[in-house]
Amino acid sequence: MQLFPCPFCGPRDEAEFHYGGEAGNLRPDGREVPAGRWADYLHMRANPKGATREIWVHVTCGEFFAMERDTVTHKVAGSVSLGEAEQQP
Amino acid sequence: MSARRLPHGGSEIDRSRPLKFTFDGRTVEGFGGDTVASALLASGRRIVGRSFKYHRPRGIWGAGVEEPNALLDVERDGRRTPNARATTEPVRDGLVARSVNATPDAEQDRNAFLDRFSRFIPAAFYYKTFMWPDWHLFEPRIRAMAGLGTVDPDWVQGRSADQLNHHCDVLVVGAGPAGLAAAASAAAAGHSVLVVDDQSRPGGSLRHRAGEIDGRPGAQWAAETAAALEKAGLALLSSTTAFGVYDHNLVALNQRHGDGWPDTLWRVRPKRIVLATGAIERPLPFANNDLPGILSADAALQYLKRHAVLAGERIVVATNNDSAYEAASVMAEASAEVTLVDVRPAASADAGKARVLSGRAVVAAHGRNAVEGVTLNDGTRLTADCVLVSGGWTPSVHLYSQAKGKLAWRDDLAAFVPGAEVEGIGTAGALVGEVSLSKVLESGIAALGQFAGKTATPKSTGPEASLNVSAAWPKPKAKGRVWIDYQNDVTAKDVELAARENFISVEHLKRYTTLGMATDQGKTSNLNGLALLAEATGRSIPDVGTTTYRPPFTPVPFTSLVGPKRKSLLAPVRRLPLDTVHRMQGASFREFGGWLRPAYYGGTGSGSAAAIQDEARRARQSVALFDGSTLGKIEVIGPRAAEFVDFIYYNTMSTLKQGRCRYGFMLSENGVVFDDGILVRLDEHRFVVSCSSSHVAAVHARLEEWRQDRFGRDAVYIHNATAQYATLTVSGPNAKVLLEALDLGASLDDASLPHMAITNGRFGGEEVRIARVSFTGDRSYEVSIRADCAEALWARMQQEGRALEAVTIGLEALMILRAEKGYIIIGKDTDGNTMPHDLGVAGPRQKRVTEFVGRRSLFTEEGTRSDRKQLVGLAVAEGEAPLGIGAHGIERTGGAKRSLGYVTSSYFSPTLGRPIALGLIEQGASRHGEVIDIQHLGMLRRATITAPCALDPAGDRLNG
Ligand SMILES: [Zn+2]
Repeated sequence: MQLFPCPFCGPRDEAEFHYGGEAGNLRPDGREVPAGRWADYLHMRANPKGATREIWVHVTCGEFFAMERDTVTHKVAGSVSLGEAEQQP
Repeated sequence: MSARRLPHGGSEIDRSRPLKFTFDGRTVEGFGGDTVASALLASGRRIVGRSFKYHRPRGIWGAGVEEPNALLDVERDGRRTPNARATTEPVRDGLVARSVNATPDAEQDRNAFLDRFSRFIPAAFYYKTFMWPDWHLFEPRIRAMAGLGTVDPDWVQGRSADQLNHHCDVLVVGAGPAGLAAAASAAAAGHSVLVVDDQSRPGGSLRHRAGEIDGRPGAQWAAETAAALEKAGLALLSSTTAFGVYDHNLVALNQRHGDGWPDTLWRVRPKRIVLATGAIERPLPFANNDLPGILSADAALQYLKRHAVLAGERIVVATNNDSAYEAASVMAEASAEVTLVDVRPAASADAGKARVLSGRAVVAAHGRNAVEGVTLNDGTRLTADCVLVSGGWTPSVHLYSQAKGKLAWRDDLAAFVPGAEVEGIGTAGALVGEVSLSKVLESGIAALGQFAGKTATPKSTGPEASLNVSAAWPKPKAKGRVWIDYQNDVTAKDVELAARENFISVEHLKRYTTLGMATDQGKTSNLNGLALLAEATGRSIPDVGTTTYRPPFTPVPFTSLVGPKRKSLLAPVRRLPLDTVHRMQGASFREFGGWLRPAYYGGTGSGSAAAIQDEARRARQSVALFDGSTLGKIEVIGPRAAEFVDFIYYNTMSTLKQGRCRYGFMLSENGVVFDDGILVRLDEHRFVVSCSSSHVAAVHARLEEWRQDRFGRDAVYIHNATAQYATLTVSGPNAKVLLEALDLGASLDDASLPHMAITNGRFGGEEVRIARVSFTGDRSYEVSIRADCAEALWARMQQEGRALEAVTIGLEALMILRAEKGYIIIGKDTDGNTMPHDLGVAGPRQKRVTEFVGRRSLFTEEGTRSDRKQLVGLAVAEGEAPLGIGAHGIERTGGAKRSLGYVTSSYFSPTLGRPIALGLIEQGASRHGEVIDIQHLGMLRRATITAPCALDPAGDRLNG
């Protein structure tokens, strides 16, 4: 069982979290968005082996946050709440 | 002759405490401190089980968790445990033990004939032979003849197993010399330490092998060190197996209590793990090396020292290393006639009074039901009633490997040991190949890393052990049957066969031959098996590699893993605030979307259908009362709340006036309808999302996600108030009359409170919110009140309702009422493809200019198809029964049938006096009046496509 760092609560058992998708999957707005671009947004994922940045939600407190971790070693580099993530370059 | 109890000695038995148990129906006597295995040996019992496949007689091999042969079904206090190991099961009065896979018992097994056909039953024989005509024809009888313990089908679990979470600085796995030295050092440095050991008491090899630490006998040092740890307030768990290391170094333990109490599961999160898990002695490969009376030399030493059980009178010790010399010497000292046969050319250790034959090897054992003698490679035959074997030591690398550690091969040890360090995990003792006590103790301290104390390392002051192992792996084309895996009946020939058939990956070998797949997971057999595979395929052992080590290290009872999470604790139901009131009113409850809700009142069994019909009929006549407390009540508050609900909903919501309600859909980003419900605008910056009962958590999560991701936490605040309020619904032609009688102090006339509006009132000093919305098609009021004040309001409603012949209805009747109106249930009347325009709500799709969730998907190729399935009503001819839910509308083109869609809801409407149904039918909206075929469970019927609404299409009843 992995320990994930909720920016609000601190380290908690992975069973308390839900996966929310890959980070940086920006939503294109508008009904004129090209079909291919919209399909990419809906379905296409990089699913990297190794370092990855993902959105997770801590179900018990409701915090959505971005987490950097490694899909091979399961090492967690850190996490940041969504609001703060936007402020990062 | 066979094994017997010596009149004196035995460091761990209590001769003043005699105990009795039965084995295969016969009484066996033992002492306190005995295991079932030591007591069976002491009683002279040789055959303790029958093998998995060939029903070969098998005796006790080991003394710990590695035991492959002595599996028992153990029963005590009405609780049966299948496949318990005799070697770890403490003797208790009244214990009933039965051998596994033997009929009637291990001694006289009637399937023993199978062994004579063994050369016709090689690896994969069953797979290859019983393919035609169908494996399943043969499977039951084959399964009955093979296998191990039996599960008691009548078993009922009593008390739940405990599960504990534990945090500590250092977890030490293995309380042998390395583990105890580490624990003492870390404790001295002030760290919290937990020590676990799978044996019945701490000490490991110090309990039966020579050695002195700091001038004291090893066993005494171990006992004193353990006592000091416990005195310091630290925990030392015996009979506890660390069976798995999981992500981020979570360690799972299973603690056995030995008194009928269910095993306890521990989840431990240490800062550092010290693995001092020791090593397990391997068998040597010679023909018939599985005969009863052939034991691990170390196990025999344990039985002698701990339980005063001498394994035989004329003992042959077969070895390829120094460790068996101590066993030989001690057996000889204890009056046995001992011959030590060493494959190495010269003896390198002291065998005491035992005769030593160097440079020779046992090639075969003889005997019918137990060993009677051996033949050496020079042709010498020795008579023996017991053969003790040491084929070298296999470090217990399981936990290290589970933690993703990479193994390293050591030729000098003929074994895999832990390679590079895994973060947070230290390794020590026999696990890393250390043999001498000095090195073992040092390695224990070193394994602590930064957690080591500054106290002096314990010093070995007695004899030091040595190994000097010379590999003696099984060779291809050996004569006779050389057993590799005792528990799963795999021979050297099976491994060779697999190699010949190109199963040369060790993972394939395992699955083809079942080597290492039994309950012992090949603890004694794996290395011999893969060494033989290496030899047969011309590779080195590290090239062949090992199979993947996975938890659990030893079998763990399901009761441990389940713990208290059973029945209602596994899936707790949510109860209405008025649960007990409904119960007193005679409600029959059912679970709907996680909530336990009244399905109907009165009427049981076959009467339930009539009760539901009666409720649905009467609801339309005067007034109905319904508990709708489970409806979602999620508040959306903040300066951007209006913009937020516009984005969340398919329908434009920001134009909603204060105090008004609007029905709308929420979509998923793929355009599919996700939820429907009423949105209430309380004031400019405050809305209440009234979503489907079973969908509240999902809708709440969705709102939070968009809030945090797109709008910002300062712009919108979301509060799920569902459980804080009870919502009591009054519906029907007399709804207003009843509501007026409640004296809520609110204006209820249609000008002040029209359909789809809200107002506030008071009941008994509490504020109530009255929403005039309808899920029945009749005039309806939903009255929401603090959940803890709902009982009085409900009672008052019932009281005022009496004069009006009000009816209290359950959810089943409500389902009929809403279906009469063509009102949908998301997920029942819609599926994973249904878009809003399929439900007749196409306006926002065409007109909206602002962005909303799922918008772009409504204009994809899929979203604009002309043959989409659309919501319709389905009518059947006068006098017919309701359509089956799930029945398909079909179309014939040529000879082929094709589905047009299916029935989603179907009821008998008591008000209309005929069946009603809803369905999703291809292009259904433009096919009203058309008659189609409906197929269900092989029956063909006809139905007319209609509008979804079957009752009061003009909507007059809303204001009636
Ligand atoms: Zn949290």
